[in-house]
Amino acid sequence: MEILYFFAKTGFYATALVTLAAAILVVTLRNLFHCALALILSLLGVAVTYLYLKAEFLAIIQILLYIGAIMTLLIFAIMLTHRLTDRSVSQTNRQSLPAFALLAVFNIFFIASLAAVPWKINSASLAAKIDTQALGAFLMGPYVFPFEIISIVLIIALVGAVILGRTDQ
Amino acid sequence: MAETIDQIFVLAKDRFLDLLGIVLPDWIILLVRILISIAVLLAVAPVVMMYMTWLERKVLGRIQNRYGPNRVGIFGLLQPIADGIKMLTKEDIVPKNADQVIHFLAPVVIVIAPLLVLAVLPFGRNMIAADLNVGLLFFLGVSTFGVIALFMGSWASRNKYSLLGGMRAFAQMISYEIPMVLSVVPVILVTSSLSTAAIVEAQLGWKWFIFTPWGGFAALVFFLCGVAEVNRTPFDLPEAESEIVAGFHTEYSGMKFALFYMAEFISTFAISGLAVTLFLGGWDGPAFLPSWFWFGLKTFILILIMIWFRGTLPRFRVDQLMGFAWKVFLPFTLANIFIAALWALLPYPKNFIADTIGITVILTLLQIFNRKETPKKRKYLYAN
Amino acid sequence: MTPIPLNHFVIFSLFLFSIGLYGTLTRRNVIGILMGIELMLNAANINLIAFSRYISPNPETGQIFVIFVIVLAACAAAVGLAIVLAMYQNRKTVQAEDIHILKW
Repeated sequence: MEILYFFAKTGFYATALVTLAAAILVVTLRNLFHCALALILSLLGVAVTYLYLKAEFLAIIQILLYIGAIMTLLIFAIMLTHRLTDRSVSQTNRQSLPAFALLAVFNIFFIASLAAVPWKINSASLAAKIDTQALGAFLMGPYVFPFEIISIVLIIALVGAVILGRTDQ
Repeated sequence: MAETIDQIFVLAKDRFLDLLGIVLPDWIILLVRILISIAVLLAVAPVVMMYMTWLERKVLGRIQNRYGPNRVGIFGLLQPIADGIKMLTKEDIVPKNADQVIHFLAPVVIVIAPLLVLAVLPFGRNMIAADLNVGLLFFLGVSTFGVIALFMGSWASRNKYSLLGGMRAFAQMISYEIPMVLSVVPVILVTSSLSTAAIVEAQLGWKWFIFTPWGGFAALVFFLCGVAEVNRTPFDLPEAESEIVAGFHTEYSGMKFALFYMAEFISTFAISGLAVTLFLGGWDGPAFLPSWFWFGLKTFILILIMIWFRGTLPRFRVDQLMGFAWKVFLPFTLANIFIAALWALLPYPKNFIADTIGITVILTLLQIFNRKETPKKRKYLYAN
Repeated sequence: MTPIPLNHFVIFSLFLFSIGLYGTLTRRNVIGILMGIELMLNAANINLIAFSRYISPNPETGQIFVIFVIVLAACAAAVGLAIVLAMYQNRKTVQAEDIHILKW
């Protein structure tokens, strides 16, 4: 059995590598449609990472909402504006070198500080099993106020998108 | 004896694993246990698809007063194999301006989604490949990949008919996804579980959800949305032959074209299977026949209904299609959640009355708000 | 069986966030910028779940807030894309640097 856990752990690092590689493709490819497909792969990798954190419900929600809804919207927008996103137009501005330098410094600083922090691992939380029913109970119990606010925000976004998107003035 | 036949596949698998267990360590047995389910699904799905094409052609032929395939083998039973050989030996043409990589990836991705969702369907008692506790959401989530793959194909072909088909498929599948998910919510509400196996167990002993007032209508909405999701007639606008050549698979030939067809038929099977699981009691049925037989029979009947639709109904117009989803299905499924909650909350005779009243009210309201606006007859004062 | 160390999740999400930030800073296309933002939101989500799973006494908090973040991301995508389409209809451009006037 020990060897299966080893495989599972290797799977996590492989997923992380694929996710990061796909993310790099998202920010560097010239063809926006390819970027969107790479982003889908990256989001799938994040969903698998959720599985490693024992959040099955969120992994599926990630697929259903991010890939099923947000990405389809993005691809739709890419297609409706595709005459402007072909290869002849440069897709990056002239800030790439400063941005890269800044982020390198940022990453080194954070990794150094992460190595210095002794995290207190809470083993009870680590072993806890949170199923969908428990999440629903929490959403309707202690977190009912943010839940209601989120629904109002959703309605506002819905109305806003409809008003912005309509063509007949 | 009946028990043995009922569990024959499960027993065969256990016996096989016991035999392997003599020589192999237990971690390999665990992997093999998973791999067997996958292998069986991967082997059965193409066969099911092949004979669904045969069934469709045969039944459509009968509806249209002809015989259908009857040359290859008895009753044309070898026709799907002949078709398969033809598809395999055809030339694979890729358009010059096409996006080569994505043009190749699209048919591959589109087959993966319907094969994956088969894993959470309970084909019989104890016959589920993966009893996830979020199984139902898994089905709905993974089936959205079909949209992306379909769009990859249509975009990569660089063909205006492909793109039109892709646009139509996109709009249609997004619109019908919403009422489909909402029509499933009452089932989750009543069974308080997302696992497909648990949903079937909640319906054992003829307590099928289709017999409840909310369940009957939810099943109807779910089935029609399912037909729309797999792009079959009368919702086949994305591949409307008479309007846009073949829609998103215009530029595909040979085996890639066959993969698009395979995806469509396997998702038809999967959607019918899910409808059976959610509303028709899954593998539940009289005990004299095994559970997997009942599941197969119910799925077969739903598939026959889909073929019957195809032989009978003309294609929708785009505005009718959208109006159907947004003006009829969406408000009804929203109200249906409330009606199902009443059913779960009240004791027996009261909940039946409350549900009947609720459904009557919502159907009347839909009737009133969706009635056709016919302009008043003009009166011509000065002309006659 | 020892769990995967928390730092590995955090470093993974740090890299994902940096890549998203790089995309947001360097893209000219508004839709490309939106994709970078989605990457950053996902990195934040991984952190939320990882920290609540490893450290917090209530492991469900992170998951609840990830649901909220995903909903907000959906809102942002819907409104953002409506703005992109309005921009495309009125100005025939989706490049961020072309949209520098506040009214017209």
